Amino acid sequence: MSTELVTITINGSRHALDVEARRTLADVIREEVGLTGTHLGCEHGVCGACTILLDGQPARACLLLAVQADGAKITTIEGLADGDEMHPVQRAMKEAMAFQCAFCAPGFLMSTVALLEENPSPSTEEIRKELSGNLCRCTGYQSIVAGVETAVRLLSSTARPGVEQ
Amino acid sequence: MKNPPFTYHRPESLADALALLAEFGDDAKILAGGQSLLPVLALRLGRPGHVVDIGRIPELSNLEAGPHGTTIGALVRHAEAERSVAIADHAPLVAAAAPHIGHRAIRTRGTLVGSVAHADPAAEMPAVCLALGATMVAVSAGGTRLIAAADFHQGYLTTALEPNEILTQIRLPAWPTDAGGTVVEISRRHADYALVGLACTVAVADGAITSAALSFFGAASTPVRVADAEAALVGQPPGEAAFAAAAEIVCAQLDPPSDVHGSANYRKHIAGVLTQRGLTAAVARIGVAA
Repeated sequence: MSTELVTITINGSRHALDVEARRTLADVIREEVGLTGTHLGCEHGVCGACTILLDGQPARACLLLAVQADGAKITTIEGLADGDEMHPVQRAMKEAMAFQCAFCAPGFLMSTVALLEENPSPSTEEIRKELSGNLCRCTGYQSIVAGVETAVRLLSSTARPGVEQ
Repeated sequence: MKNPPFTYHRPESLADALALLAEFGDDAKILAGGQSLLPVLALRLGRPGHVVDIGRIPELSNLEAGPHGTTIGALVRHAEAERSVAIADHAPLVAAAAPHIGHRAIRTRGTLVGSVAHADPAAEMPAVCLALGATMVAVSAGGTRLIAAADFHQGYLTTALEPNEILTQIRLPAWPTDAGGTVVEISRRHADYALVGLACTVAVADGAITSAALSFFGAASTPVRVADAEAALVGQPPGEAAFAAAAEIVCAQLDPPSDVHGSANYRKHIAGVLTQRGLTAAVARIGVAA
């Protein structure tokens, strides 16, 4: 099987990898780089569990070949916290007890970070609409929406931007 | 599931990409944003031997929108069109479609031209192209072919494109100043494919409709216009009576599919509702800055 040389910066660390062209960015992040926080649910772009930030924009890591991300800067769930200090969106989700099994949590967190970067004070309606691309099978979404609303409050009081590239 | 194996190519010019298509023909698939092709691979709806990634060909990134028309290159992503002031001003029907297309994480990667070439009958952009009378620019190593939107979509996931051609651009005619347009749809969840949707335009002069386009998606194996309903609107004052009459023709003439998400009769019903809703919204937008 022919492979391609791919250089990707993930959470600030540069990785040069030989990967099969057919492999998705999600698989390479998990299996080659060893960052298993990015979860894979459906593997065809429906569930949103694998959402990452690519050059600051949210994207489905299962709908990207790793070779397509050659040269890109990726942020995964592991890149949100600042050392031991949780990102405000992480803190808010914890405070609101947003998740139950939390398999979907990485995707929701990355989508929420992207949403709040663009719109720091979304309405409940906007939150529901913008997060409709992420599926959760446990909560019924009420607690997740409450978590995002908590994040809006935390972020407006600390005035810290979302995530550094 | 995991993608099947293929040989990957990343040409740096259009000429190189076309040479690859000339060589591999039917066994090659074009990758731009990948938001349609990757699910196709994952679900084994297709298993190409070669994937030609056109994502780094600079000449395909052009987006020009002005008073003389709009040109959308093969690498223009939905998110870019959604944020473009020029698109909002000069191609408002494209701007109206954008929020309906997938989720944000899809729109940041997926391309407008890719959506048109993929030809899902429930997708918004093919219907927008049909409503506007767009021209498709298909390029092969042998030359350039201009294909009218009405001739482009031929069936479910099937277009007039030859295996050796790339849809490099979509050209939209100049947006008339006396027209309004909108995209309305009914779907089970936000950003899901529509059960039925409508891209419509209507132009009004001296209190009467001078032209209208009703382009439905999710209602057949391709986007479809209902010419008799459009013709019935012309000459009428824009309003409830004319829109209801058009909706009746739409319900009578559309022949949508039945599936687990909705029966044919239900789809016909909502096509009629959308006709009235869409036309009302379109008329309200005439002369309103985007």
